[in-house]
Amino acid sequence: MLLIPCPWCGDRDETEFGYGGQAHVPYPEAPETLTDAEWAEYLFVRDNPEGPFTEQWVHTAGCRRWFTLVRDTTCNDILAVHRTGTTNPVHP
Amino acid sequence: MSHELPEHPDWLWRNPDPKPSYDVVVVGAGGHGLATAYYLAKNHGITNVAVLERGWLAGGNMARNTTIIRSNYLWDESAALYEHALKLWEVLPEELEYDFLFSQRGVLNLAHTLQDVREGVRRVHANRLGGVDAEWLSTEDVKKFCPIVNTSSDARYPVLGATLQPRAGIAKHDHVAWALARKADAYGVDLIQGCEVTGFLRDGDRVVGVETTRGRINAGKVALAAAGHTSTLAARVGLRLPIQSHPLQALVSELLEPVHPCVVMSNHVHVYVSQAHKGELVMGAGIDAYPSYTRRGSVQIIEAQMAAALELFPLFGRAHVIRTWGGVVDVSPDASPVVGLTPVENLLVNCGWGTGGFKATPAAGWVYAHTIATGQPHPLNAPFGLERFTTGALIDEHGAAAVAH
Repeated sequence: MLLIPCPWCGDRDETEFGYGGQAHVPYPEAPETLTDAEWAEYLFVRDNPEGPFTEQWVHTAGCRRWFTLVRDTTCNDILAVHRTGTTNPVHP
Repeated sequence: MSHELPEHPDWLWRNPDPKPSYDVVVVGAGGHGLATAYYLAKNHGITNVAVLERGWLAGGNMARNTTIIRSNYLWDESAALYEHALKLWEVLPEELEYDFLFSQRGVLNLAHTLQDVREGVRRVHANRLGGVDAEWLSTEDVKKFCPIVNTSSDARYPVLGATLQPRAGIAKHDHVAWALARKADAYGVDLIQGCEVTGFLRDGDRVVGVETTRGRINAGKVALAAAGHTSTLAARVGLRLPIQSHPLQALVSELLEPVHPCVVMSNHVHVYVSQAHKGELVMGAGIDAYPSYTRRGSVQIIEAQMAAALELFPLFGRAHVIRTWGGVVDVSPDASPVVGLTPVENLLVNCGWGTGGFKATPAAGWVYAHTIATGQPHPLNAPFGLERFTTGALIDEHGAAAVAH
């Protein structure tokens, strides 16, 4: 089980959290101008790296706030934590 | 200690060095890669083929699955593909001259809620219309078919009935791989282990070979069959795929007397259970939520699937978990596979099988070999191309495939 550092509550078990997929995937600014292929890319395609991956989690059973983790998918080490909307890492 | 070791059995395949060039290079010597090579040779006469494997033959998800074989999917496209696989499973032991213990003991998909009942009955009707054997069982019939299931009405999630596919069952996964490998090898296919693909040779927009840890290999066509590592490979030609790689865990008990006559799956409490020929109970459940290449999942997934198993089978209370393990599965947005051509000329993909690839092994090989050999998808995999994510013609098996994804 992952031990996840919530930037507000500190280290908590993974079971308290919900997973939210890749972070920083913005809604297209002008969706009506997208080609079908571009829309498909936005809807269905995400990074799937072997290595650092930036992803969203929500502390469902705690403060219920969203945040961003950088996690290495080859070993699950958590490399950085950010409060959503900020770029400075938080070390609770 | 003085006993002499027995003679080592004959090898089932050669262990050749890679040649400089092949008509087709298949990347990944799991079940799908081996079946593809076998059918390239058998159905299309293409034998100048190498199957490259970075680890050892059938050491990935082929070694890690729970060996369930069934074709009772809801949507016609899926049922047709998996039913083709099931028909091939029925003839392969004889064709491959290898008894891999294919046992058509029947698969039950339990219903615990009114919605489960409606979904199950609908799926039975859909399957029958599509020529797939399917029956609806009442609670009493479930008890008769699998006496160890807890069908009492005071269970937390009472069994309200089940779908039954009588022709479904299990097979011995390692032996399936070895049987396919032996025949492919006999056709002249080179099975090359310990050979990792590190890049692709390009000529303009075309792929013309692969870079490997054992040197460059030219290829007329390169066909990926690398499951959870497909994204990583495709990224090396700049191809982005709608795939996420997740851990999927399974576990076994100690060897027990035969107690479990069939395969039981339950969406609602989410576990699937069979008993292997040797005697261990084999159980699996769902993927971990986060993507990972660790081949290791979180313990609460195991805990939940054990709770579900005990709810359904109270007599498992004295059994022990002997071993748990994980694999890396390639999950697509609609829980259906991607088999076909790519925007990169001469590069093909077979991926996105997620948690259900084992049962499809022969059909995946059959249609993938057809696509490689003819340059066009087989009618059975035509709906499963990459382009469906652009056209919107998804085959949404989330919750429809008789298992919760």
